[in-house]
Amino acid sequence: MTPWPANAKHAAMTDLSHIRNFSIIAHIDHGKSTLADRIIQLCGNVSDREMKDQILDSMDIERERGITIKANTVRLEYKAKDGKQYVLNLIDTPGHVDFAYEVNRSLAACEGSLLVVDASQGVEAQTLANVYQAINNHHEIVPVLNKVDLPAAEPERVRQQIEDVIGIDASGAVPISAKTGIGVPDVLEAIVNLLPPPKGDATAPLKALLVDSWYDSYLGVVVLVRIIDGELKKGQRIKLMSTDAHYLVERVGVFRPKQEMRASLGPGEIGFFTGSIKQVADTRVGDTVTDEKRECVEALPGFKPAQPVVFAGFFPVDASKFEDLREAMGKLRLNDASFSYEMETSAALGFGFRCGFLGLLHLEIIRERIEREFNVDIITTAPSVIYHINMRDGTQMEMHNPADMPDVMQIDNIEEPWIEATILVPDEYLGTVLKLCEDRRGRQKQLTYAGSRAMVVYNLPLNEVVFDFYDRLKSVTRGYASFDYHITGYEQGDLVRMGILVNAEPVDALSMVVHRARAEQRGRVMCEKLKDLIPRHMFQIPIQASIGGKIVARETLSALRKDVTAKCYGGDISRKRKLLDKQKEGKKKMRQFGKVEIPQEAFIAALKMDEN
Amino acid sequence: MNTSGPGFGVYVHWPFCKAKCPYCDFNSHVRHGGVDAMDFAQGLAQELKYMRALCGPRTLDSVFFGGGTPSLMPPQAVDYVLRAIDELWGLGDLAEVTLEANPTSIEAENFKGYRAAGVNRVSVGVQALDDADLAKLGRQHSVEEALAAFRLARDIFPRVSFDLIYARPGQSLAAWQAELARALEEAAGHMSLYQLTIEPGTAYHDLFHAGKLTIPDDDHAAALFELTQEMTQAAGLRAYEVSNHALPGQESRHNLIYWRYGDYAGAGPGAHGRITTPEHKLALSTLKDPEGWRQAVAKQGHALVESNVLSACDQGFEYLIMGLRLTEGISLNRYARLTGQSIPKDRMAALVEEGMITHHDDMVAATPAGRRLLNALIARLAGI
Ligand SMILES: Nc1nc2c(ncn2[C@@H]2O[C@H](COP(=O)(O)OP(=O)(O)O)[C@@H](O)[C@H]2O)c(=O)[nH]1
Ligand SMILES: C[S@@+](CC[C@H](N)C(=O)[O-])C[C@H]1O[C@@H](n2cnc3c(N)ncnc32)[C@H](O)[C@@H]1O
Ligand code: SF4
Ligand SMILES: [Mg+2]
Repeated sequence: MTPWPANAKHAAMTDLSHIRNFSIIAHIDHGKSTLADRIIQLCGNVSDREMKDQILDSMDIERERGITIKANTVRLEYKAKDGKQYVLNLIDTPGHVDFAYEVNRSLAACEGSLLVVDASQGVEAQTLANVYQAINNHHEIVPVLNKVDLPAAEPERVRQQIEDVIGIDASGAVPISAKTGIGVPDVLEAIVNLLPPPKGDATAPLKALLVDSWYDSYLGVVVLVRIIDGELKKGQRIKLMSTDAHYLVERVGVFRPKQEMRASLGPGEIGFFTGSIKQVADTRVGDTVTDEKRECVEALPGFKPAQPVVFAGFFPVDASKFEDLREAMGKLRLNDASFSYEMETSAALGFGFRCGFLGLLHLEIIRERIEREFNVDIITTAPSVIYHINMRDGTQMEMHNPADMPDVMQIDNIEEPWIEATILVPDEYLGTVLKLCEDRRGRQKQLTYAGSRAMVVYNLPLNEVVFDFYDRLKSVTRGYASFDYHITGYEQGDLVRMGILVNAEPVDALSMVVHRARAEQRGRVMCEKLKDLIPRHMFQIPIQASIGGKIVARETLSALRKDVTAKCYGGDISRKRKLLDKQKEGKKKMRQFGKVEIPQEAFIAALKMDEN
Repeated sequence: MNTSGPGFGVYVHWPFCKAKCPYCDFNSHVRHGGVDAMDFAQGLAQELKYMRALCGPRTLDSVFFGGGTPSLMPPQAVDYVLRAIDELWGLGDLAEVTLEANPTSIEAENFKGYRAAGVNRVSVGVQALDDADLAKLGRQHSVEEALAAFRLARDIFPRVSFDLIYARPGQSLAAWQAELARALEEAAGHMSLYQLTIEPGTAYHDLFHAGKLTIPDDDHAAALFELTQEMTQAAGLRAYEVSNHALPGQESRHNLIYWRYGDYAGAGPGAHGRITTPEHKLALSTLKDPEGWRQAVAKQGHALVESNVLSACDQGFEYLIMGLRLTEGISLNRYARLTGQSIPKDRMAALVEEGMITHHDDMVAATPAGRRLLNALIARLAGI
C-alpha cells in the first residue's frame, strides 16, 4: 500500500519559464521572516488558521530567538499580472554568521535573491556578507526596502547607500512594509519580472543538487534537491555521485510548506525525495544526484563541507546522565552534520564529549536543545579554536582542547586561526569599537564611511573573538554595531596554556590557551569571576591562575561566616527539612572538585570578560 | 526533668495577635471583631482528645502555649485547656507549663490568672530594648512597659525567659553589646536571642527585596552572634542551643523535646506534631486558618491536613536538623537506629579536622564554629 497516492494532476512537469527560484537575504531582524510570511499568505498557500508568525522557522529555538537556523523551503503558486500562473520556490536562509555555510547552499539552489534592508537601519554587516555570497552564486538581486511604515524609515537614503556601499543598481528597489503588507504585491511582480527563470534540459539524464537532508520521524531521511536536468521520479533508482551510493526513490514531493507528494520533479524544480537511505550521514550536502542507469556526464562542483571552528567540552552535571547525553548528541547529529563530537575524559569532570561547532551561537543552540529537549543539564568547558602546534621534531598536531597541550619543551611554535571581521557602526561608537579590537590584538585593515556609519575591517585572532567578542561589541555600542567574519588563515602567536587551580586542585575544564601578553589580565579576571561564582564554603578557598607552574593571579574566597537558622518554628521540622531538600536539588547543579563545589554556570560565566 | 529519653510534650497554638508584626511569618491573625475564646478553647480540647487517641497514654513532661499571642487568652480559657490535658494525659506537678507572653500592660494583668491555672513558666517577648526599634518592629509596647511586664512575670512565675530579636537593621556591635548587657541584668535564668530572619510572605521580605530594608550582612551577623555567645557565657547563661541560653537546669524542657527529636502532640490552627505509633513516626499538621480550623474540629474532631509517615531517611534527617542545634549534639546509635545506616566515618573525620564538630564515643556535636555554619554542616553530614 502506498501511503501517499501520487497526484495525477501534478504529474506534468512545470514549464521552466514559469518557475522562479529565490532566496531572501538580510541582516538579522531586517524582516526576512516577516516578508516570507506575507509572501506565503499572498500566494494563498496557508489557511488563516494555520498561519502563524515566522511560519518557516519550525524549531522552538528559532521561534523564541527569532532567528532562522535551518534553511527551509516552500513552493508557492502565484498568478501574476501578466495573467500567467507561476511557481515560486522560496528558500529561506539563516541570518547569523555561524550559519553562513547554510546560506551558501540555499543560494546555490536558486537564481535570484531578494535583498531585504531595513529602511530605518540601512546596510549592516550581514547584509554585506550575504549579498557577496549571492553575487558569488551569480544571482540576480532585487533590493527590498523594508519597514517603510516606521517614521524613522529613509528609503531614499538607504537606496543610495546600497548603491554606494554594495555597488549594485538599486533603482528598481521595492519599498515595502512586510508588517502591514504595503508593497508586498510589487515584490511578487518583481520576482516574476526581474529574476531569471531556471535553465535545464528535461530530456537530459537526471542531475540534481543535494541541498540539504534531515531526519523526519515519519518519513525517515528526507533529501532536499534542486533539479538541474532530467527528471526525478518515484520508483527510480538513483546514485549519489560522490559516495557512489545507490538508492531506490520511494517518495517525491514538495513543501507548501507542508509536504505534498508528487509523481516526479523536473528541471528547475525544488522538492524532496525519500528512499532507502538509512542515515543523514550517508548524504553529503552539495552532492550530485543522478540516475543509476543513465548518469549525467559531469557532477556539480559541490561545496566544501562545513568546518567546525569552535570546540568545547560537554559534560553531564550529573555524571550518571552520561548515556543520556550520548543519546542526545547522536540524535542532534542526525540533523546537523556541522556538529561533531567525540568522547572526552576530564580529570575534573569525568566522562563527556569534545564537540565541534560552527560558532558560539551554534554551540549555545546545541547546548540549549540538549538541556531542553533531552533534559540533561550540562557543563560547558572553555571554548577553544583549533591550534596548529609545530613540534620540535618537525611534526604538526591539531589541538582542539587546551588539556591536550604537549610539554612546552617539545613545542617549536603554535599557530592560531585569524579572521577578517567587518564591523559597521554609527560614528559615535567608532572609538570604543576600535579600542575593543585593539585590546583583542586586532590589526586594522580598512576604515571607511558610509553616511554616518563607519565600516571597519579588522584582522583578529579567532581565539579573542570566539568567546564573548560579539556580546562585548553589542554592549559597548548599545546594540548598534553589526558584525560578520570569515577565517583567513593561521599565524604564529606567542601562546601559552593557562590553568586554573581551585583550592590548589587544577580544574582542567577551565584551562585555556591565551596570548602571553593577555594572560595575566585574563587570569585575574577569571579568578575574580570565579570568586563571585563559587558559593562560600565552610573553609577559605584560594583561586589561582597559573602558567607553567607559575601563579600569575590569585584571589581568596573567604570562608562562609554564618549559615544557621535562628529559630526553629514551634516544632515545624518539615519546613526545615524541605529547605534542605531544596538545597539538595541545587547541589545537583554543582560539580565537586576536591572539597569544593562549583556551580554549572560558573564554567561559562567565568570566561566572560567585562573589560574596563 | 525526664532524663530517660527525649520526653513527650503537648503544643497548643493560639493564632491571634493584636497586630501583625512586619517580620513575623508565624500563623498569627488579627481579629478586630474579637474572638470567642472559650469556643476556641473547646475546639483545642476536642482536637487534643483526638491526638490522645492517636498517641496513646504518655507521661507528659511539658505543655507549651505558643502563638500568635497566647497571652491574649483569658485565664479561664487556659484553665479549660489545661484541665482537658490533665484528663487526657495527667498533668503532674513536675511538668513544665509554658506560655508565650507579649509584654503589654493589658496582658500582664492576666499573669496571676495563668499562674493559678497551672502555668509555671512564661517566655516574654521583649524583642528590643530600644523604643524606636520596637516601633519599627511593629510592637505594641514600649521598653518601659515590657520591662515592667517582665519583672511582674519574674515575681509571679517560677521560671521566665527573656526573648530578644537582634541583628536588626542598622544594629551595630556596640549597640547590641549595650542592649544585651542591660537585658542580662534583668534576665532570670533563661534567654532566647534570635537573629532577625527575613521570612517569605512578610512585610519585611517585600521591603528587603525592594532594597528598602538592609539587615546585617553575613560577616556582621557572625560578629553579633559571636559577641552574644561571649556575653551570655560570661553571665553564666550557657548556650544550650543555637539561640537559647540558660543557667544549668533552667533550659526549656519543652523545646528540648523538639531538639532531642522526641514526640509531641500539637493542637490548634497550624500546629505541628510528631507522634510515634507502634508502626510509624508521623508528621502531623493542622489547617492554618483559625475559623476553618474551628469548623473542621467541630465536624471531625480534628483539623489535620498533613499526616505523613516519615521514612527512615526523613527521620535521620530531622534528627540531625534538630539534634545538632543542641550543644549536647546527637547520638550516633540513635541515628543508626532511626535510619538503619550510620554516618560515614570519613565525613565525620573531615569535619572534626576542620574544627566543625566534636566526636566522643557515641556523641557528635557541633563546635561553636560549626554551630554558626549549621546548615552547611548538616548538609555535609547528611551527604548532600
Ligand atoms: N515596523 C515594522 N516592523 C517590521 C517590519 N518587518 C518586520 N518587522 C519587525 O522586525 C522584527 C524582525 O523581523 P523578522 O522578520 O523576524 O526579521 P529576520 O530576523 O530578518 O527574520 C520583528 O519584530 C518584526 O515584527 C515592517 O515592515 N515594519
Ligand atoms: C512568633 S513569636 C510568638 C510570641 C509572641 N507573639 C511574641 O511576638 O513575642 C516567638 C518568637 O519568635 C521570634 N521571631 C518571630 N519572628 C521572627 C523573625 N522573623 N526573626 C527572628 N525571630 C523571630 C520572636 O523573638 C518571638 O519571641
Ligand atoms: S511576632 Fe508575636 S505578636 Fe508579632 S505577629 Fe508574630 S506572633 Fe504576633
Ligand atoms: Mg527570521
